[in-house]
Amino acid sequence: MNGAVTRPLKELPQQASHASPWDYFALLKPRVMSLVIFTALVGMVAAVSTGAGIHPLLAAISLLAIAVGAGASGALNMWWDADIDALMARTIGRPIPRGLVPAPEAAGFGGILSALSVALLALASNYVAAGLLAFTIFFYLVIYSMWLKRLTPQNIVIGGAAGALPPVVGWAAISGSAPIEAWILFGIIFLWTPPHFWALALYREGDYARAGVPMMPVVKGERSTKRQIFIYAVILAFAGAAPYFVGMAGPFYLAVASALGAWFVWLSFGVLRSEPGEKELPKRLFGFSILYLFAVFAAILIEDLWVIYG
Amino acid sequence: MDELSPEERKKRGQRNVAIALLIGAFVAIIYLVTMLKIGANIASGNP
Repeated sequence: MNGAVTRPLKELPQQASHASPWDYFALLKPRVMSLVIFTALVGMVAAVSTGAGIHPLLAAISLLAIAVGAGASGALNMWWDADIDALMARTIGRPIPRGLVPAPEAAGFGGILSALSVALLALASNYVAAGLLAFTIFFYLVIYSMWLKRLTPQNIVIGGAAGALPPVVGWAAISGSAPIEAWILFGIIFLWTPPHFWALALYREGDYARAGVPMMPVVKGERSTKRQIFIYAVILAFAGAAPYFVGMAGPFYLAVASALGAWFVWLSFGVLRSEPGEKELPKRLFGFSILYLFAVFAAILIEDLWVIYG
Repeated sequence: MDELSPEERKKRGQRNVAIALLIGAFVAIIYLVTMLKIGANIASGNP
């Protein structure tokens, strides 16, 4: 299937905008944005715990810029993927497929917000962070959305780098650099992304097949996808403990990451052994994966706040 | 140009208000960043 997927030429409504401000806000993918805000905040606080620092208001404005940048890339993604969004139950309710926001307006909206967010981050923090944010937006739109998503089942493996960068951007916003500790946080999200999205793809397989998106279950089948989910889960469970072993986290973090990592592996094992067509276990794994990432990063946040204020 | 329905007119008004508020907020944020940066430079003795 590689290389065979082309953009479906479905005509989308191009009417004058009937959208409310909330429909434009929905273009920013608020739920994804909330995860970006959280992981970037953890990167920022971790940087502060190492002794770096900027004025708290500048840090807050930097976080806002990162959030807007993430939202802007979401709007650009919705512009580019409007044709396939209209074919999938999960995405058909988005503002462009519903005909509320014309696709070119979403492109303009995302483009302007991208430029403003990068400029604001450069002004409020530094050029390293701004450059990383610009690269994140570029990677998500061009490398993932335009190139990989319709080309290869490894789309979300490589494209996951865009979603993994916010803690590095946050760290750089505070310290002006991106040390190895920041890239460990990157690595955790990067390794978490494939099992997270493949679990989703297992119970939404029909959606992706209908839209011609070569997600792993569509191209390689359920069995291969489940095996790869399990392998990634095992690697993630070990990688999740890395912050403790490089000295950026303490025993509390190790306990949380180990327990949740083991549970992640156990659920993935359940998915691996499940019957073909089983949807409930992948759904449960998908839900747990969100909790895993939140809890692991929350544990780092709590420990770093303890270091700063304790 | 097509006549707008009352609903469309209301939505357009809401969008205009949102744009005005966001531009105002952006200007305020840039002003705040400028003051904080200038303040930090003065405090550190830089011109």
